[in-house]
Amino acid sequence: MAFYRSHVLVCVDPECLAKGAHEVVDALQDEFIAQGLIDEIQVLETSRIGGCAVGPEMMVYPEGVHYIGMTPDDIPYLVEEHFLKGRVVERFREVVKPIVDEELGPLRPKEVRIVLRNCGQIDPNNIEDYLAADGYQALGKVLFEMTPEGVIDEVLNSGLRGRGGAGFPAAKKWAITREVPDNPKYMICNADEGDPGAFMNRRVLEGDPHCVIEGMIIGAYAVGASYGYIYCRAEYPVAVETLNIAIKQAREFGFLGNNILGTDFSFDLEVRVGAGAFVCGEETALIASIMGNRGEPHPRPPFPSVKGVWDKPSNNNNVETYSVVPQIILNGATWYSSMGTEKSKGTKTFAVGGNVVKPGLIEVPMGITLREIIFDVAGGIKDGKKFKAVQTGGPMGGCLTEQHLDLQLDYEALSKAGSMMGSGGLVVMDETSCMVDIARYFMDFTQAESCGKCTPCRVGTRRILELLQKICDGKGEEGDIEALEDLCFEVSRNSLCGLGQGAPVPVVSTLKNFRHEYEAHIFEKRCPAKVCKPLIRLNVEESVCTGCTVCARNCPVEAISGERRQVHHIDEKTCIRCGICVQVCNFNAIVVSSEGVIQLTEV
Amino acid sequence: MTAPTIERDVSLLVQEAIEKHGAHRDALIPILSEVNHALGYIPAEAFQEVHKQLQTEDVSVSKGQLFGLASFYDMLSTKPRGRHVIKFCENAPCHVVGGKAVWDALCDSLNLKNGETTPDKKWTLVTTSCLGLCSVGPVVLIDDDLYGNVVPGQIDKILARYE
Repeated sequence: MAFYRSHVLVCVDPECLAKGAHEVVDALQDEFIAQGLIDEIQVLETSRIGGCAVGPEMMVYPEGVHYIGMTPDDIPYLVEEHFLKGRVVERFREVVKPIVDEELGPLRPKEVRIVLRNCGQIDPNNIEDYLAADGYQALGKVLFEMTPEGVIDEVLNSGLRGRGGAGFPAAKKWAITREVPDNPKYMICNADEGDPGAFMNRRVLEGDPHCVIEGMIIGAYAVGASYGYIYCRAEYPVAVETLNIAIKQAREFGFLGNNILGTDFSFDLEVRVGAGAFVCGEETALIASIMGNRGEPHPRPPFPSVKGVWDKPSNNNNVETYSVVPQIILNGATWYSSMGTEKSKGTKTFAVGGNVVKPGLIEVPMGITLREIIFDVAGGIKDGKKFKAVQTGGPMGGCLTEQHLDLQLDYEALSKAGSMMGSGGLVVMDETSCMVDIARYFMDFTQAESCGKCTPCRVGTRRILELLQKICDGKGEEGDIEALEDLCFEVSRNSLCGLGQGAPVPVVSTLKNFRHEYEAHIFEKRCPAKVCKPLIRLNVEESVCTGCTVCARNCPVEAISGERRQVHHIDEKTCIRCGICVQVCNFNAIVVSSEGVIQLTEV
Repeated sequence: MTAPTIERDVSLLVQEAIEKHGAHRDALIPILSEVNHALGYIPAEAFQEVHKQLQTEDVSVSKGQLFGLASFYDMLSTKPRGRHVIKFCENAPCHVVGGKAVWDALCDSLNLKNGETTPDKKWTLVTTSCLGLCSVGPVVLIDDDLYGNVVPGQIDKILARYE
């Protein structure tokens, strides 16, 4: 390997690419050539460093200086100052401070990074970087020092459970697949991360693809599989490209292919790209899609471990599950199981979104409380508002409340509370969120993504959505809540796959925890959070209005009248409750109320 | 990315796609994606061609099965699309940071609704599932170009970049 005195790592995540990261890389190369530095300084492309919101960004080693927000035009100056004169350019320097990153920045309080340990630290397109970070050592240990049964035992003892959300012990699945007397066996990696707002797997695939590949190879050795598929969604083109490069490099280095590392173990894998169907994250649908069919689920059993791809035993795990396997092998089951609760071990990544100060990607040990995640790791509720609910587990997860904040996070605790671990989306909501509207929003999503194969899900989700829409529109009636409960029960019980079975969960959990909001909508024709438009009114507070006319000029339906310097009035019948006047008013003179009076206009 | 539809020889295109991805049943989605990428959509004759060219001893797919695939997956289109396809992320994380206003600006600017194509066949506007770029939302994807942190005022400037 050539020796360089300095390394410049430029982030080429999609966000930074959109801001011209490639142009910055080109400008750096050009300038280093022009200055005769090209043999001394290496320019590398890496994944996110932590400042993509103000990208492009780059990290200079060994100094560890983090630059952000430069354009190609700034590069000659930056190169001259930093690399020729040795002076840090403060103008572009990202000063290390706790709040830098929207997605993955410096370690936050209470964070522990195992899955994300290499992301932003290494060049994902260079296998040597991964090797330098102890990459493929676990594979060597497994192939030369451990039997397949030994590997299964080690992973079993670590307590690693499926990170796709269901939480089935990973090694138990391996053992089942191993014992099926049928060959060949397949490994599947579910990288069809479709939950809106969840992008943990994308970060790993783009930032550290080899840890997933290594985990799959180790799993294949344990299971006795000879071929593997990584099923990645087409919405992640960078992840697909990164994976393909990584697989090619792993083959060149002898980690994939025939006789891996000179042993008689052979395994290879390929990436399969989806074509835009949320339901393909369900394992039987995913397998149908791999085989070139419509991604429709089928009933289990038989489970994929017995009859999967090409009707052969197939072991399916999620990206995050595979990615921690090498670390478990290297550091031992005891190390991994020292983190977490009695039944849920290790760490879990979450994409925290919604009304928090510091949203983004986090990795925390199991057993942490929701309160710690929301208030310590994510910085608390934005704008000093009050916490109302947190939705865990993606669109099929439940909404938890204040009373659940001190739950120790693990699979069982979340199920018991009426939600689930899911893949790791956390949407935090403050007092301005209407829970009926939230339930309607998620039902809208699952209804649209229902594949249509089974009737309970196809028709049931639509009927639930209609009822919720009716309630949000202020047309709810006595008996609607009971009808919702019945429908939710039937859809959950009778649907074929996880999508339909989980679809009613947001409704069920909000009905349980926020029943009074439903009742307010139905019986008092009131939306307590002042979100549902047909149930709110906008009024001008006469003592505050200065008659500046801003609201009247911005109203799209000319519902506001009033002379300059005179108090303005909103005509309730014309008003469409778009809220633009609230936003544009400089004096906070427009008051939103929901007092149970309905003078409905057709909206 | 998208070539004019008429001049492309669909038969040749299908043949190339089959050669690239293999004459297997499980290559159908990549083959159809390839055709979709080249033409912007999958015309009826492409189904016919895939059906015809994939008749081997092991593989046999009906046109109905092929159409079934194309209609199932959101990214495959059976209707002609514009030269440029605008995909707008309509999911919650983009929604809460002002996505709706960007979507309205797109619809207004192009005078299109979701799934429609302009009469001059320049633009097609569709919504997409979550692109996972939630930290820079609202996100708009035009062909293969990503735009993050989009505000309504930028729409005209962004659209002007495309021929």
